[in-house]
Amino acid sequence: MKVLVPVKRVIDYNVKVRVKADGTGVDLANVKMSMNPFDEIAVEEAIRLKEAGKAEEVIAVSIGVKQAQETLRTALAMGADRAILVVAADDVHTDIEPLAVAKILAKVAEEEGAGLVVCGKQAIDNDLNATGQMMAALLGWAQATNANTLDVDGDNAVVAREVDGGLQTIKVKLPAIVTTDLRLNEPRYASLPNIMKAKKKPLDEKTPADYGVDASPRLEVVKTSEPGSREAGEMVGSVDELVAKLKEKGVV
Amino acid sequence: MAVLLLAEINDGALAMDATAKAVTAAKALGDVTVLAVGATAKAAADEAATIDGVSKVLVAEDAIYGHRLAEPVSALIVSLAGGYSHIVAPATTDAKNILPRVAALLDVMVLTDVTGVVDADTFERPIYAGNAIQTVKSSDATKVITFRTSTFDLAGTGGSASVEAVSAADNPALSEWVEDKMAESDRPELTSAGVVVSGGRGVGSEENFNLIEALADKLGAAVGASRAAVDSGFAPNDWQVGQTGKVVAPDLYVAVGISGAIQHLAGMKDSKVIVAINKDEEAPIFQVADYGLVADLFDAVPELTEKL
Ligand SMILES: Cc1cc2nc3c(=O)[nH]c(=O)nc-3n(C[C@H](O)[C@H](O)[C@H](O)COP(=O)(O)OP(=O)(O)OC[C@H]3O[C@@H](n4cnc5c(N)ncnc54)[C@H](O)[C@@H]3O)c2cc1C
Ligand SMILES: Nc1ncnc2c1ncn2[C@@H]1O[C@H](COP(=O)(O)O)[C@@H](O)[C@H]1O
Repeated sequence: MKVLVPVKRVIDYNVKVRVKADGTGVDLANVKMSMNPFDEIAVEEAIRLKEAGKAEEVIAVSIGVKQAQETLRTALAMGADRAILVVAADDVHTDIEPLAVAKILAKVAEEEGAGLVVCGKQAIDNDLNATGQMMAALLGWAQATNANTLDVDGDNAVVAREVDGGLQTIKVKLPAIVTTDLRLNEPRYASLPNIMKAKKKPLDEKTPADYGVDASPRLEVVKTSEPGSREAGEMVGSVDELVAKLKEKGVV
Repeated sequence: MAVLLLAEINDGALAMDATAKAVTAAKALGDVTVLAVGATAKAAADEAATIDGVSKVLVAEDAIYGHRLAEPVSALIVSLAGGYSHIVAPATTDAKNILPRVAALLDVMVLTDVTGVVDADTFERPIYAGNAIQTVKSSDATKVITFRTSTFDLAGTGGSASVEAVSAADNPALSEWVEDKMAESDRPELTSAGVVVSGGRGVGSEENFNLIEALADKLGAAVGASRAAVDSGFAPNDWQVGQTGKVVAPDLYVAVGISGAIQHLAGMKDSKVIVAINKDEEAPIFQVADYGLVADLFDAVPELTEKL
């Protein structure tokens, strides 16, 4: 079975985001970019499936600017076998919408004959939480989002999902899409030798047109603004003082 | 304009808070029809019919909808989509699972976690863990939206909309339910509670979380946690507050042993009053707290519980 892992290049989760003064977006020039953390978990899970003999090949795919090559090299260094970069934008500020991403990924999955797609539940830049579900819809496949555990067993996968009330376990027919939640695993770091080896692994470059997909957006960003900020309040010296303040405020 | 709103129903029971808040958001867009889906959904449908602003309720009762699996519910919504300009739901894990699938089947984008309605095509939503607010205008024929409930007021009740049965759609039969592990609790539900007490890595163990729970019980509060506390096994996953967990905006939020990473702040910074208890005076949580107490939580929390 081939496992496809979509990985997105996003602002590093430690970077403090700055909204551009003209309201056109968030400043991404010269900031540290990394693999979306949920996608690291996805790559890890796919590699573990391979190590367990349940997958033959792990293919990482990214859609975006040319620089996403680095993100794919990271996936290869972690242990993915090969990578596909779909260059869909020149400007690092262009975000390809999940619908277009899902259409491209669906074509890749079909072309490769993938038996499983493991992607992140959410990209930490747009916070949309949509691509996996959209891809499953386009392919007519089952979906199991927010995976806490994943067991591939023959023609099925059993997934415990993190849901509002706790955990829900479902069984999906393969091929399927699984999206990762934080507790699925702890991703490995790439070792130096593996980083070197990754440089020689195959990385194909494509365009949306190669897949017959129109990646133009459905949503127009009218503006991007700063959220209302919160002022720091006061420090209290003791529990008694805290209790008094809360009573004064009328919240207890 | 006509809006189809997927009600939040768990095991036949309507989640009134989430559903009625989504109705408030949806009312601004047009005439609201609620869709009640489940193995049993009639009682939930009758209850949804009382929400002010709902003009009609459709009820789809069928065993295939028993556990709100994404594929059959999406197929049902798509079969009903024809007359609606907007298909919406509260931003729960169930709806976030289903609505993007619906959107792709309709070949439209989805707007998730929407916090503001500018007009019928234009919406506000937080991005980058709430560090920026994006205003987006959709050119799609049907707008598919989940609303972040913590930012909308609860719609009242007293209405009496008509309730009509609709037939089930084809079941793609791609997935099946195996089991639920849902925590039973007498505490208020996290996203709708008036008071939330959350513990972080500083709490140290699952056992020590009793301190957090005792304070919560004293305040009639829900219990929350940081990601670090959940990852460490101190607290269950459904307690996680933050960018990739639940978003809460209670009257009072008490953060105990939580440093205040942006991913955590994303889930609680709209709370009315924030209290932080942390032994590190430099902890970033103090920058958003109304009242900060630098103290060891193992002293301060029991004392606070006792004195309240
Ligand atoms: C993709 C991604 C998604 C994420 N999503 C979320 C999310 O949704 N929610 C979330 O919370 N985090 C999330 N995080 C994690 C986030 O970045 C932080 O790592 C996390 O919030 C830290 O949790 P914490 O504050 O409990 O732990 P720490 O940062 O370790 O802080 C512990 C605090 O406890 C204090 N402390 C220790 N002992 C005591 C004591 N005895 N008395 C008083 N204080 C004490 C310390 O001073 C410290 O400030 C996410 C991260 C990533 C990468
Ligand atoms: N441009 C992209 N390239 C590759 N994978 C992506 C891209 N956008 C989204 N994804 C995948 O879809 C997941 C969810 O993203 P989103 O729906 O944007 O929140 C991510 O964690 C990735 O696995």
